[in-house]
Amino acid sequence: MKVLVAVKRVIDANVKVRVKTDGSGVETANVKMAMNPFCEIAVEEAVRMKEAGVATEIVAVSCGGASCAETLRTALAMGADRGIHVQTDLALQPLGVAKLLKAVIEKEQPKLVITGKQAIDDDSNQTGQMVAGLLGWAQGTFASKLTVEGEQLRAKREVDGGLETVLLKLPAVVTTDLRLNEPRYASLPNIMKAKKKPIEALTPDALGVDPTPRLTVLKVIEPPKRKSGTKVKTVAELVEKLRNEAKVI
Amino acid sequence: MAAPTIPLIAPRDLDFVLYELLEVERLLERRRFADHSRETFEATIATARRIAEARFRPHNRANDENEPRWDGRSVAIIPEVKAALDAFSEAGFMAAQADFDQGGMQLPVTVAQAAFGLFTAANIGTAAYAFLTIAAGNLLEAFGSNDQKRVYLPPMRAGHWFGTMALTEPQAGSSLAEIRTMAKPAADGSYHLRGSKIFISGGDHELSENIIHMVLARIDGAPPGVRGISLFLVPKFLPKTDGTPGRRNGVALAGLIHKMGYRGTTSTMLNFGETEPCIGTLIGEPHQGLACMFHMMNEARIGVGLGAAVLGYAGYLYSLDYARTRAQGRRPGAKGIDAPPVRLIAHADVRRMLIAQKAYVEGGLALCLMAARLVDDEKTHPDEAERRRAALLLEVLTPVVKAWPSQYGLAANDLAIQILGGYGYTRDHPVEQYFRDNRLNPIHEGTNGIQALDLLGRKVRMAEGAAFRALTEAIEKDLGAAGSAAPSDETVVEIALALGDALAATRSVTARLVDAMDKDTDRGLANASLYLDMMGKLVVGWLWLRQASLAAKALAAGSSETEFYEGKRQTALWFARYELPQTSLQASLLTGGETAAYDMRDAWF
Ligand SMILES: Cc1cc2nc3c(=O)[nH]c(=O)nc-3n(C[C@H](O)[C@H](O)[C@H](O)COP(=O)(O)OP(=O)(O)OC[C@H]3O[C@@H](n4cnc5c(N)ncnc54)[C@H](O)[C@@H]3O)c2cc1C
Repeated sequence: MKVLVAVKRVIDANVKVRVKTDGSGVETANVKMAMNPFCEIAVEEAVRMKEAGVATEIVAVSCGGASCAETLRTALAMGADRGIHVQTDLALQPLGVAKLLKAVIEKEQPKLVITGKQAIDDDSNQTGQMVAGLLGWAQGTFASKLTVEGEQLRAKREVDGGLETVLLKLPAVVTTDLRLNEPRYASLPNIMKAKKKPIEALTPDALGVDPTPRLTVLKVIEPPKRKSGTKVKTVAELVEKLRNEAKVI
Repeated sequence: MAAPTIPLIAPRDLDFVLYELLEVERLLERRRFADHSRETFEATIATARRIAEARFRPHNRANDENEPRWDGRSVAIIPEVKAALDAFSEAGFMAAQADFDQGGMQLPVTVAQAAFGLFTAANIGTAAYAFLTIAAGNLLEAFGSNDQKRVYLPPMRAGHWFGTMALTEPQAGSSLAEIRTMAKPAADGSYHLRGSKIFISGGDHELSENIIHMVLARIDGAPPGVRGISLFLVPKFLPKTDGTPGRRNGVALAGLIHKMGYRGTTSTMLNFGETEPCIGTLIGEPHQGLACMFHMMNEARIGVGLGAAVLGYAGYLYSLDYARTRAQGRRPGAKGIDAPPVRLIAHADVRRMLIAQKAYVEGGLALCLMAARLVDDEKTHPDEAERRRAALLLEVLTPVVKAWPSQYGLAANDLAIQILGGYGYTRDHPVEQYFRDNRLNPIHEGTNGIQALDLLGRKVRMAEGAAFRALTEAIEKDLGAAGSAAPSDETVVEIALALGDALAATRSVTARLVDAMDKDTDRGLANASLYLDMMGKLVVGWLWLRQASLAAKALAAGSSETEFYEGKRQTALWFARYELPQTSLQASLLTGGETAAYDMRDAWF
């Protein structure tokens, strides 16, 4: 079974994100970047499937500027077999990415597509669903456990009320939740091996897709600073504050 | 997902040192590194950063609060330590510099040390086990017999077996000539060791399947003093024929030592051959033990200096973040109490403490990684003359590389505590621990006092002053380049002038001291520590000049990273104005053969 994983390059989770002074976006110049943590979970899951003999080949795809190749290298060092880099300097949005992925998927014909449930930069939580929608495939989002059963995939999903298990017909799209697995580190020997793995460069044009953004960002601002807390002396005071200040009871 | 945190060693600065200052990409031209690329270097650093952040840093405080305990049978260590070291080994870091055919990654020493610095910055107590294992492995690789290497090296490079360096004895600390542990030849070619060692880091624990001690001892009938010391390999468990650990060898834990810092690492008193026979095998030739140890010392001392620099660095970044967040007081010029309080960083005195830290820790990092770069040149430069030059430079720089960051990294930690005020003195913030951990570095691996004697008594005089000349010529070359750079940068020129003065002073002082030592060794060496400090200022001033030159060039070329480069240039200027001129007072004391301390008598105290 061929598995395709989509990986996104984002600001490293450990970096304190700063809004650009002109409010046009967040500062990314000279900021440490890394693979989106949910995408790491996607790669890890594919690698585990391969180690378990379920997956036969893992293709990692990333869409964006030249530096996305680095993120693909990380996926290769974690265990993906080859990479596809859809090169564009456009500021991509989920729909554009979903269309690009659809084109790549039609070309590659994987049986399973795994993406992160969201990217930690824009937190959109849309791409995986859109890919499934565009392809007309089954989808299992927010997965915390996956088992392939013949031509079907059993996915345990983390939903508001608890856990839901769905049985999907393959081919399908899955998006990963935090508890699906704990991704491995790219080990030094695997970093060396990754160097020799191929990365194919494609363009939106070659795929016949126009990923021009459809939404315009008007302004980006910092969230308001959280006010510091206060200590209440008695339960009565707490109740009073909840009623009159916070107005929640 | 973890909340954003303060980075371990500023990523941009580490890149600057590796790729701009030390040009590690030029190493890719060499055959040994042909399979590498900037990408593999960056990926290595990225993996190191992740494991350090996720596995090492979180239990740094827990290590401090839960010193290893010994109940007379086994040593209890918090489980996070083993988990972290396992992740380290599984990712291949124990063998980062080792050859490909040994399962290593064949990384340049410069990149491997930079990666290791991240683990040290995160948690020096846990990282020390790896440090010792790598060093013991290197020693074995350089001098071990094929049999020794076959049995011991693979499990050490894989991190299944750990290593130690067992030199110190109660009566033999700075002076290893006093070593008394004895080795009696056995019929089968092995030796039976008897004696005790103290302060042996990682000397016992259950973190690895076996512990391989590198022990200095005397063979029965050996000549006295340092000429009679040999190096032995002593395993905790004697390997069976299939290579797995077998029965317990007669090396026994006599007790754990309780320390002010570095608490995650066990410090042990070990007895050899007290109740059970302790079997060891000779490494290298008889009586050549110290020579073997010293061969490895350069790299080990770079590791110590780097550890000191990055602990300083961790404190600097923490206090910087704090100074940007904490609001307190108003500027002296502000009128009235109505003005809101400013952030600490708005106070001149706080910025003074920040820039001093920045100068010390970034200077220390650059210094140690430059030394690592020289190790790479010494081993892999295609030109024989360049290899020799690198070796000479390393000889004279090693005492500085070990001692300067040990002293000034600690000074930085002191300033970090000061910036946090009362909070810095509490255990709610990590800066007090950084200070306590870092306080070891001027002591072990040869005290700073011993480094001073090594520098002045040996290194500047060696090969008829060739090492010292190699250093001064290298500095002179960069002074020339800074002076003739176009477009000329006012700040760089000022720094170059200050460094030129310090260089001239160091040259004349050195000549005077060599004469003085010829006449009276004791008096000539009386101010060796002052000389070491002066040399440190010169060498680190040199590195700051180089950093300022690169910054000025980038700024002139219209780099978008103006803040980064302005910060570099300004810090270099601070060093040139506050630190380098101190060499002139030091020079006058040294030239005059100052003896106020030397003449002090025991009874006068
Ligand atoms: C936490 C810790 C970990 C250690 N780990 C190890 C280890 O793994 N393996 C190991 O073998 N050792 C280890 N050591 C031992 C360490 O290397 C010694 O403590 C160090 O070499 C100093 O020896 P000493 O303590 O006996 O001090 P001393 O030699 O007694 O020195 C005391 C003071 O006198 C000065 N002094 C001594 N001799 C001279 C001289 N000739 N001229 C001028 N001044 C002098 C010193 O500079 C120092 O200031 C460790 C020590 C500590 C504290």
